[in-house]
Amino acid sequence: MTIPALVLFFTFHTLPALTGILYSFTDWKGYGTWDFVGFKNYINLFKDSRALDSYIFTFKFAVIATILVNIISLLIAMGLNAKIKFKTALRAIYFTPYILSILVVGYIFNYIFTFFLPDIAQTLGINTLTKSILGNPDLAWIGVVILAVWQSCGFNTLLYLSGLQTIPDNLYEAASIDGAGRWRQFTNITFPLISPFFTINMVLAMKGFLMVFDHVMALTSGGPGRATESISLLIYRGGFAGGEFAYQTANAVIYFIVILVVSVFQIKVLQKREVEL
Amino acid sequence: MISQEEATLETNLKSKESKESNRSFKFFEDNDINWIATILLLIGSLAILFPLYLAINVALKSPQQLAQSILAFPKELHWENFTKAMELTHYFRSFKNSSLVTIPTVVITLLTNSMVAYAIARNLDKKFFKFLYYYFIAALFIPFPIIMLPIVKEMSFLGLDNRLGLTILYIVYGLSMNIFIYISYIKSLPGSLEEAAIIDGASTWQIFWKIIFPLLKPINATIAILTALWAWNDFMLPLIMLNDRKLMTLPLVQYVFQSQFSTNYNLAFASYLLALAPMILVYIFAQKWIISGVMKGSVKG
Repeated sequence: MTIPALVLFFTFHTLPALTGILYSFTDWKGYGTWDFVGFKNYINLFKDSRALDSYIFTFKFAVIATILVNIISLLIAMGLNAKIKFKTALRAIYFTPYILSILVVGYIFNYIFTFFLPDIAQTLGINTLTKSILGNPDLAWIGVVILAVWQSCGFNTLLYLSGLQTIPDNLYEAASIDGAGRWRQFTNITFPLISPFFTINMVLAMKGFLMVFDHVMALTSGGPGRATESISLLIYRGGFAGGEFAYQTANAVIYFIVILVVSVFQIKVLQKREVEL
Repeated sequence: MISQEEATLETNLKSKESKESNRSFKFFEDNDINWIATILLLIGSLAILFPLYLAINVALKSPQQLAQSILAFPKELHWENFTKAMELTHYFRSFKNSSLVTIPTVVITLLTNSMVAYAIARNLDKKFFKFLYYYFIAALFIPFPIIMLPIVKEMSFLGLDNRLGLTILYIVYGLSMNIFIYISYIKSLPGSLEEAAIIDGASTWQIFWKIIFPLLKPINATIAILTALWAWNDFMLPLIMLNDRKLMTLPLVQYVFQSQFSTNYNLAFASYLLALAPMILVYIFAQKWIISGVMKGSVKG
């Protein structure tokens, strides 16, 4: 059973990845003839302002969304882990966004940003918000962040919740006998003990957000202009419609290296912190 | 955090009060309930529910009603938005497509991935299986865009730019993560049962299906849920793989029909809700099971 699995995996995963890397050294448009061009694609990529902009947008989005998601998820998880009423129902509600299609939810948010918020802003007299934030090149990315946070908090909350449930109650009891306040209990017990979950959450969230695609497709299609064009979207667009097959595979190779470096860096830094605490 | 602190302070006060008072409020009798946290979470949950409420609201209105007010509850319900949306987007056809991709993906994933994981987990001392383990895990770090462009060429060359091809890709691409989760679970199972079975003369095949697979039940649930959510909601793979309108899955159809909905938001929202409905229905009935499944996966993984 492992041999067919290996063959299938090689055929549908490793092989296209390798051909991708091979193509990145050619000038193939996705059709017709091609030649090897060496590192030309890579050199051009570093001069390409469109590619650079997409990296800046993607990183700005991913870093802010990762931080927000982790803060909010941890807060919700701590709330859900407390002795509260309606525990099951609340947990179910907070997890709901995760089971829904990002694209479809994105269309609903698109409507909220385009019509509902400006409508409300007008009634309240907040002039800056009377126009859709998605139409503003400087603000559109915030809309993408809001959708991403709304959609993915549920999953991260669950991860934190399963981390919090591993902490025995008597630790808190002992701490409060020693006179430790809530904040001390959080910094000295809760956070150190869930730090493996913090590492996983940070890495997973960051990796997921660096690949952002559906959110952008539903909200802005990369616009206005190219203000919210993510790396995935650029590779998709340029590669399939723009006749830049080889060029965008070179971009994907760089993207792969970037994601790898970021993941390894995150794991190293966060795990080191885990040990220190 | 500060609000948490205040929260407990106030609950303590409240519990003292309720102890002192004559306990007329049955609702407040349980001294341990953290009411501030409950209330904060209830308020927060509105942020989750509001977009869904809005979607239902818009879907049930006529364009004229919508122009008057977005928020107000519809005076008369326009259920015909739903039937119109069903006709326009060929709802049942795309529902069938999504099901015909998701169900085989989940079933075959469970049957095959568990077996591969078992073979690797019990042979990690051998070089070949150790290599396989790291090979599959390493693939977790390869972002999809690097495969995206070549795989489309490859699949259309193989004539697999259809539901079958999509199913194959979900099964294969899920392998890395699933093996990771399965193996950490299989390692926690005691080997003594298998040893006993080997002494009784059972073949590896029999051991797997009769002893191991039933033991994997809890983690199978986790894998099934994660795989189903992914295959059902995924947008990118169908987008790049399927050109034939007749084969399109639910999320992809919403994308394709964007221009046809144009400014008829009532129709569009009816269609969105129809696309979300199957998952919401499943979730309402299997909510506890789904959540505990995902949590189990996170502890193991």
